Amino acid sequence: MDFETIICFEVHAELGTRTKLFCDCPIDYDALPNHQICPVCTGQPGALPVLNKRAVEYCVRAGLALNCAINPHARFARKNYFYPDLPKGYQISQYEEPLCEDGYLVIPGDDAHPYPVGIKRIHLEEDAGKLVHASKSFESADYSLVDFNRSGIPLIEIVSDHTRNPVRSLQEARTYLEKMRQILRYIGVSDCIMEKGQFRCDVNISLRPRGGHDFGNRTEIKNMSSFKFVLEALEYEIRRQAEILESGGRISQETRLFDETKRATISMRGKEDAPDYRYFPEPDLVELDIDSVFIEAIRQDMPELPDQRVKRFISAYGISQNEASLLTRDRQTAEYFEKCVPHCRSCRKLSTWIAKDLFRLLKEKSLPIDECIISPRDFGRLMDLIDRGEITDGIARVVLEEMFETGNPPELIIKEKKLQPLQEADVIGSLVDQVMTGNPETVARVREGNHEPVNFLIGQIMRKTQGRADPKKVREILQDKLGIS
Amino acid sequence: MELCDWSAYDLGRLLRKREMSAREIVESVLERIEERETLIHAYITVTRDMALEQADRADRLLAGGGDIPPLTGIPIAIKDLLCTKGIKTTCASKILADYVPPYNATVVDRLFRDGAILIGKTNMDEFAMGSSTENSARGSTRNPVDPERVPGGSSGGSAAAVAAGETIAAIGSDTGGSIRQPASFCGIVGMKPTYGRVSRYGLIAYASSLDQVGPLCRSVEDCALLLNSISGHDRKDSTSVDMPRPDFLQALDKDLTGVRIGLPGEYFVEGMDSAVKEKVMEAVSFLERNGALVREVSLPHTPYAVSTYYLIATAEASSNLARYDGVKYGTRPHDDFEDIIAMYHEARSEGFGREVQRRIMLGTYVLSAGYYDAYYVKAQKSRTLIREDFSRAFEDVDCLVTPVSPCLPFKLGEKVAEPLQMYLVDIYTVSANLAGVPAMSINCGTVDSLPVGLQIIGKPFDEETLIRVAHAYQRLSEGSTVE
Repeated sequence: MDFETIICFEVHAELGTRTKLFCDCPIDYDALPNHQICPVCTGQPGALPVLNKRAVEYCVRAGLALNCAINPHARFARKNYFYPDLPKGYQISQYEEPLCEDGYLVIPGDDAHPYPVGIKRIHLEEDAGKLVHASKSFESADYSLVDFNRSGIPLIEIVSDHTRNPVRSLQEARTYLEKMRQILRYIGVSDCIMEKGQFRCDVNISLRPRGGHDFGNRTEIKNMSSFKFVLEALEYEIRRQAEILESGGRISQETRLFDETKRATISMRGKEDAPDYRYFPEPDLVELDIDSVFIEAIRQDMPELPDQRVKRFISAYGISQNEASLLTRDRQTAEYFEKCVPHCRSCRKLSTWIAKDLFRLLKEKSLPIDECIISPRDFGRLMDLIDRGEITDGIARVVLEEMFETGNPPELIIKEKKLQPLQEADVIGSLVDQVMTGNPETVARVREGNHEPVNFLIGQIMRKTQGRADPKKVREILQDKLGIS
Repeated sequence: MELCDWSAYDLGRLLRKREMSAREIVESVLERIEERETLIHAYITVTRDMALEQADRADRLLAGGGDIPPLTGIPIAIKDLLCTKGIKTTCASKILADYVPPYNATVVDRLFRDGAILIGKTNMDEFAMGSSTENSARGSTRNPVDPERVPGGSSGGSAAAVAAGETIAAIGSDTGGSIRQPASFCGIVGMKPTYGRVSRYGLIAYASSLDQVGPLCRSVEDCALLLNSISGHDRKDSTSVDMPRPDFLQALDKDLTGVRIGLPGEYFVEGMDSAVKEKVMEAVSFLERNGALVREVSLPHTPYAVSTYYLIATAEASSNLARYDGVKYGTRPHDDFEDIIAMYHEARSEGFGREVQRRIMLGTYVLSAGYYDAYYVKAQKSRTLIREDFSRAFEDVDCLVTPVSPCLPFKLGEKVAEPLQMYLVDIYTVSANLAGVPAMSINCGTVDSLPVGLQIIGKPFDEETLIRVAHAYQRLSEGSTVE
């Protein structure tokens, strides 16, 4: 049987505000446990929440970036449930009238066309504390401790819509999540570092026969701590559901957990055990009036988004779609590229050198681009040196590595390391002679009319000069001496 | 009359003239506590040493002259649900028996800022749920007027302490009548200010959208004095209103001429003790004779007030009290549980009293899927109608006058077995909380030596009219034939 997969995400992103959502406690991921707490975020009896305006702004910013309508009246609600990391016994969240509704995120669909995935809502809520167990799990631990540093950190929950262009495949799921994370980072609302729990997601999956209109029963999967596990869980779950449906079974609507060691999803609770959160409007906070001036100010302040930037890079700098995408993968890279542009003649050379060679160096050292010590001016000058044929690509690569290590300008490195190009015809000529003498059989074959090994001979000559010789000149002289052209 | 029986207003004047010391006042109050507390049981904690220390500090300040804060040297008792840093705050509950807050409620900070002396934390119905102070895990408080009877509730300890001379004035909280009804039962003055007038920061919540902190005292002057201190915007409470606070003492000087008083017909119906009704009507005639204009008004949705109140209050309470689960808050009976669910069960079953458990269950039901619309949403609609009743009535009158309670102070144990009967005691007081309007209770005489309270209800943020009418009534009726 052929199935359609329908995937919905609930993405949670911790906002990068300076202070928590309802109190003045600073947010510091490196602080000692229970050192960033106060009566409000630990739910002391009698303490009351006061809303962080910056968090509202960030949520609206995310809403605008994801093409949502911003609600002029938003409300907070209490989500009631018992859990030891939740000091008040309820989480302040939003239920009716969330800040943002009805948006979309455009991803490249599986059919290679742009595919706008529907976003149902984005709401603002507080994070819970963190449990630290005396052994591996809650169940087997003798005791557990609660760290409230995380309690009250603002989160946005971005819920995708199963009725409007849901994600349909693993590939789309990957792209959706990557794109989502890229945008949230771009607009500066969250660092989205998954290992720090700043970017988490739950997934809803259902299958239906291709072309069908009714939705099948869905399962919700929780507890995936990395991108890789999200995709593994999805893959597992799609296969599990397909097998059940193919053998004539029914999917039971349930919540499942991803088990990282078993690499499988396991049932956590059925529909009948689904908690009743008893949402009701939060009486300790007043209704939020979001006026158009506030929204416009945020819109004005919005940085260029990745898709817009790709388009602009292609048209303004004449670079390829692929390189434009690579250069706009994050804001810092795109900004670095644009800072280099005024210092060199060829944007295409620049884009290739950043996307290939600089990325490789950054990856080797696992450094973010903001920590690259090469000044945009020096990077640009290096490009021009290549462009004017003053150094070869091979030399440039050596120079770039040195620049990356020391931050010195390219001219200085070339001078100190004696990397000036070898141009003199007599010097090259004697090298050519040496190589021809050393490879008599190859030379004979060329002379017999097989021109294939010419490049091999050029490589031999280049190696003798450590790449310093001008390859064009080498070819000229070699061909001349071989009597071919 | 001993020092402990004086009003804060008069004591303040004498202190400033250095005719007595703060220490003498505190000692007099502590002596009265020694004499009466065993019988009355108004307090959960008496902060004796701290009070004496604060008194000495007040005396040094007074000796130095200069700028003396308005409540300097005045002993105040505080209901045991307002957080006091380093001092147990129990809500009269077993589950908070050992709770010591790390911070002061804003109201407490403001009283301290103005020089008040904390004399102790008063008894109450557990988590402010009750109308008689019989729902206290620490035992009932008795009415100083007649110790066989209840002092009302839930701020019964605060009212009894004021009435017995065990403090000069007190602070309580009012969610459905919890200041006004005990003030009425004990023959003193009590006010529930407009919702948003006084910060709730540090008030341990019962029902957040209804709770309001207010004073219980011996005179309307004291009420104005205390209200001056505790009211005003607080950025730590988002529901506190950012508007300038008037000087409530100014309202004392105005007479009754031209004040338009409304009598809501719905408040004078069957079910009320006829002697109570008679006393209230006498007070109304007295106000009219002294220049007020009295007319009938209608608050047609009054019959829905009690049920509306119990739906909203219990719904909010079920959520507010969720934090007492034995993890971070709430006494954990022991440390040997099968699992976390068992711990929640035992901590909450053992920690909460019967009435609190009843209301948590009611409220949980009200908010549950499938019942939410029928109960919670409907109650909110009804609340809007009740609020609109008041707005309409206030188009024609400046304030409303009603009884506080349909009955006289009843005997201990009399209504304990009948929760619904107990709920009906709130019939005249809950509407002001639902509408968020200010309301005040003053004594208007006695029936069989038991005090009767007169309720004055005002427009939002117009406590001044309440103070004006109440003070004029008290001043004019002193020595007149109202008794």
